[in-house]
Amino acid sequence: MGGMHGFGAVVVEANEPVFHAEWEKRVLGMVYQGVGFGWFTIDAFRHAIERIDPVAYLSVGYYGRWLAALERLFVEAGALGRGDVEARLAGRPVAPPSVLPPPGPAAVGFVRALDRAPRFGVGQAVRARVASPPGHTRLPRYVAGRLGQVQRLHPPFVFPDANAHGRGENPQHLYSVRFAAAELWGADAEAGAALHVDLFEPYLEPA
Amino acid sequence: MSHDDHDHADDDPLARRNALRAEALESLLVERGLVQPAVIDAIVERYERDIGPLNGAKVVARAWSDPSFRARLLADGWHAIRELDLPTGPERTPIVVVENTPSVHNVVVCTLCSCYPSSLLGLPPTWYKSPAYRSRVVREPRAVLREMGLELSSGREVCVWDSSAEIRYMVLPERPAGTDGWSEEQLAALVSRDALIGVAVAGPPAGRDA
Repeated sequence: MGGMHGFGAVVVEANEPVFHAEWEKRVLGMVYQGVGFGWFTIDAFRHAIERIDPVAYLSVGYYGRWLAALERLFVEAGALGRGDVEARLAGRPVAPPSVLPPPGPAAVGFVRALDRAPRFGVGQAVRARVASPPGHTRLPRYVAGRLGQVQRLHPPFVFPDANAHGRGENPQHLYSVRFAAAELWGADAEAGAALHVDLFEPYLEPA
Repeated sequence: MSHDDHDHADDDPLARRNALRAEALESLLVERGLVQPAVIDAIVERYERDIGPLNGAKVVARAWSDPSFRARLLADGWHAIRELDLPTGPERTPIVVVENTPSVHNVVVCTLCSCYPSSLLGLPPTWYKSPAYRSRVVREPRAVLREMGLELSSGREVCVWDSSAEIRYMVLPERPAGTDGWSEEQLAALVSRDALIGVAVAGPPAGRDA
């Protein structure tokens, strides 16, 4: 949602507790275990959040989004039936699946070795590609098509666009790319501002 | 519009619904052996008790006190931080530390979700996760910082770090004047969570131009 208008002031809660309710703790712990035990990847989790109906996304709250994504991922993994949670809430009996599928392998971290050289070097001018894939991507819309400069080469990483969809880790080189604010926001940009965005190699083309 | 700022109220039907649904889901997952309640408890306890902004503050205090550590931290934060033996848990992903100077002020966001250097700062505050912060700080960082109480001089560049991949960013604030000879413990007490995100500066003691 980088750059969108209309969300109003940033509301800061003084002395905010780590959690606001017990159920938030349970949801956080379930999500961490879902990833840790290999039931889904963090990329699939983020994509599940992005698939929430846009109106619900903005109205159910942060951990409400986590809860909806969590339920959906366990259903898609075949470990939970579609109506199981409703049935449990209504006090109806819920039969477990006859065959519980095994979880996938739990990945360790995200940094991977890559035996091909990075395509771009520090200081090089690059342009973020214009793209609008139907699935998960970590290319923020507000930089698409914009001209930037490579500031730093990070270690190669798991590629979320593939990993979120079960298409393997497909590691890619990752760059910190600097954009002048005026390149992104035109005449509405603040003076003396710059953005640094981490972009995977497939998101970039030579300028 | 958003419930992000009040989904905790006991009389909020949405919070009530979420609580019931989370309980039902957990009971099903536990019955099937997919999650373990004790592991949930342990994860929660880690964030409530062990991991908070004090980790990041200790890193900053060390950097202010030890120039060679500071150099290692800025070159490779991921590895340098291990020198402190903090209760961060396993490090899953690289940390990059970005330094505030008289000419540059840094501020961190995740416009795509809520990525945050949790091993050093704990779980993010609600405002960091809010659509307002995520949408605005990339487009009008000075205005957002001003609203949050930080007025940047026009001569200072503001640099926004959008955590769009798995790199986690933490700000190294400037050391407040008048703290010569302070211990690392005293210095760490000057470093707030907000200063580590970049929506505040370190301090007191000296009131200073940001």
